Amino acid sequence: MGSRASTLLREEEIEEIKKETGFSHSQITRLYSRFTSLDKGENGTLSREDFQRIPELAINPLGDRIINAFFPEGEDQVNFRGFMRTLAHFRPIEDNEKNKNATTSEPLNSRTNKLLFAFRLYDLDRDDKISRDELLQVLRMMVGVNISDEQLGSIADRTIQEADTNGDNSISFNEFIKVLEKVDVEQKMSIRFLH
Amino acid sequence: MTWFTFLVDNLLCRCLGISITVWFTLLFFCTIVPAVLGVSFGMRRLYMATLLKIFEWATLRMEMGAKEKNQELYKPYSSDIIAKEPSSSLLQEFQELRGSASCLSSEPEFELADIFYFCRRGMETIVDDDVTKRFSAQELQNWNLLTRSNNNFRHISLRLTVLWGLGVLIRYGVLLPLRVTLAVTGISLLLVLTFLVAFLPNRELRSYLSEKVHLMCYRICVRALTAIITYHNRENKPQNGGICVANHTTPIDVIILANDGCYSLVGQVHGGLMGMIQRAMVRSSPHIWFERSEVKDRHLVAKRLGDHVADKTKQPILIFPEGTCINNTSVMMFKKGSFEIGCTVYPVAIKYDPRFGDAFWNSSKFGMVNYLLRMMSSWAIVCSVWYLPPMNREEGEDAVQFANRVKAAIAAQGGLVDLIWDGGLKRAKVKDAFKEEQQKLYSKVLVGEMDQNQSDDKHSQDDNPEDANNRN
Repeated sequence: MGSRASTLLREEEIEEIKKETGFSHSQITRLYSRFTSLDKGENGTLSREDFQRIPELAINPLGDRIINAFFPEGEDQVNFRGFMRTLAHFRPIEDNEKNKNATTSEPLNSRTNKLLFAFRLYDLDRDDKISRDELLQVLRMMVGVNISDEQLGSIADRTIQEADTNGDNSISFNEFIKVLEKVDVEQKMSIRFLH
Repeated sequence: MTWFTFLVDNLLCRCLGISITVWFTLLFFCTIVPAVLGVSFGMRRLYMATLLKIFEWATLRMEMGAKEKNQELYKPYSSDIIAKEPSSSLLQEFQELRGSASCLSSEPEFELADIFYFCRRGMETIVDDDVTKRFSAQELQNWNLLTRSNNNFRHISLRLTVLWGLGVLIRYGVLLPLRVTLAVTGISLLLVLTFLVAFLPNRELRSYLSEKVHLMCYRICVRALTAIITYHNRENKPQNGGICVANHTTPIDVIILANDGCYSLVGQVHGGLMGMIQRAMVRSSPHIWFERSEVKDRHLVAKRLGDHVADKTKQPILIFPEGTCINNTSVMMFKKGSFEIGCTVYPVAIKYDPRFGDAFWNSSKFGMVNYLLRMMSSWAIVCSVWYLPPMNREEGEDAVQFANRVKAAIAAQGGLVDLIWDGGLKRAKVKDAFKEEQQKLYSKVLVGEMDQNQSDDKHSQDDNPEDANNRN
């Protein structure tokens, strides 16, 4: 009845998403239902306002940065493919990747890609470097008004000092990986999707 | 040839006349008379049992159809999308990360990995959150032959389509006109009779008769919706001088409760048909209607409610503290206004069975008329009403704690999830105070205990304005 036709997800699309992201058939249908329930405008895409309508996300200090991660550079709408591509980063890493396809590109949920996702949360201007300014801004988002500028500044300086190895006063992706090599990224950046 | 057509015409007219007479006689004896007398023939329960068998059969067919095509049937209840960690607080999670010594250190400890916590939590809420799913209709396990609740329509076979078509015919061709007739009868009877009763001089006779009139008309309205209601624990029914609170799913809640007892309703004055009904009702029994301007004035509202409650001859007030319609899977924050008055509170839990027709009013999607049409063209509205034992505010308990206690009792009885979120989030944005709480907690992790100007346990509810109860 009415706009039901738009809620049909075609089989070919499901197969393509399966190959690209590694989600199972039922997970994709389930997530599609979630996507449509968030899509209040019923036009097949989500805008930033659609995400901000989730109260638990709105109270997350880094909510805006996370929402931003869904939208490619300069765009204001994300379709279901883009939505799934971003969510795929949070699939747990399995030992036997059933979906190893012919292309040797890394799966979206590899350790490196998870770290890249986190790196981009810090990297506000997307120039592949975390500058002192960017780190300060993200820290300010996380602590609100509860820590003074000086304290925050010294935290930022210390962090960059510890991570920076080539002396350019900012953290590149490789330096980022090095700092976090002992952290269990696989567990911390994974969501347990049920079948 | 003309005599032939004349004969046919005559025959047709006679048939039509007879069927209409039969129709109305049936209507009169099977529904209106029992409604007036308060008797039930048990036909509705038989109807309910038959429907359930048909629905199970329909779902079985769909499963078979899905198996043939080698696909899975979309079963929303079988599992959640994700397995959420049992909610540990922010402090606990970071403590695990850092080890126990960090809380006492004076040197602020920040790690680049801290972002993982917020990132993962944020993603989890994007995939599955507790609040937004309360504002749209519940999903069903079996299909109930209504296209509105079907997500598996790819698997429908021919037999099923025929059955569905038959269902549409019955619902829109038979049930809907029947119900509309009943509803119109009920409302006009209400208007006429309350008008007449208002002229009686004797106050006691007037209140007695008005009670009878109200009950009768509500019974007709209940039949107009084919509502099959089961009342539990009627010994706890609300008494005069108290306030009855219930969880809110739809405006029909009022009819469901008023079917079993007389309440004073609280609400805004409307125009049009609603306004006429409101004026008619107030002539014979003491309802509380507020002008739009008066609604914002909390003191005025509290005073009028308090006055009504103090008068022991007046009926109990019916209030829905959530302030808006929620989809009957959870109970959201109760606004504290009704709990400040200081009288006995009679909690009532209402739980609808969604298999026969979803009663939830999604006011952002459907207007009132559209909603009523959908209600009257569903199979039936089946619900259970539990009267809970009366509660009073205890020593040292403030209104908010009392409200939460009542809410927990209602949620436990109705099998609903007890949430602290405000139902107003359906339309409004969440308050910044919550985000600031999160930020404060994280700052504590970074720099340890600091001087706090405000207490951590500040009730965030104090900030919520007392919005009009009727803003659905």
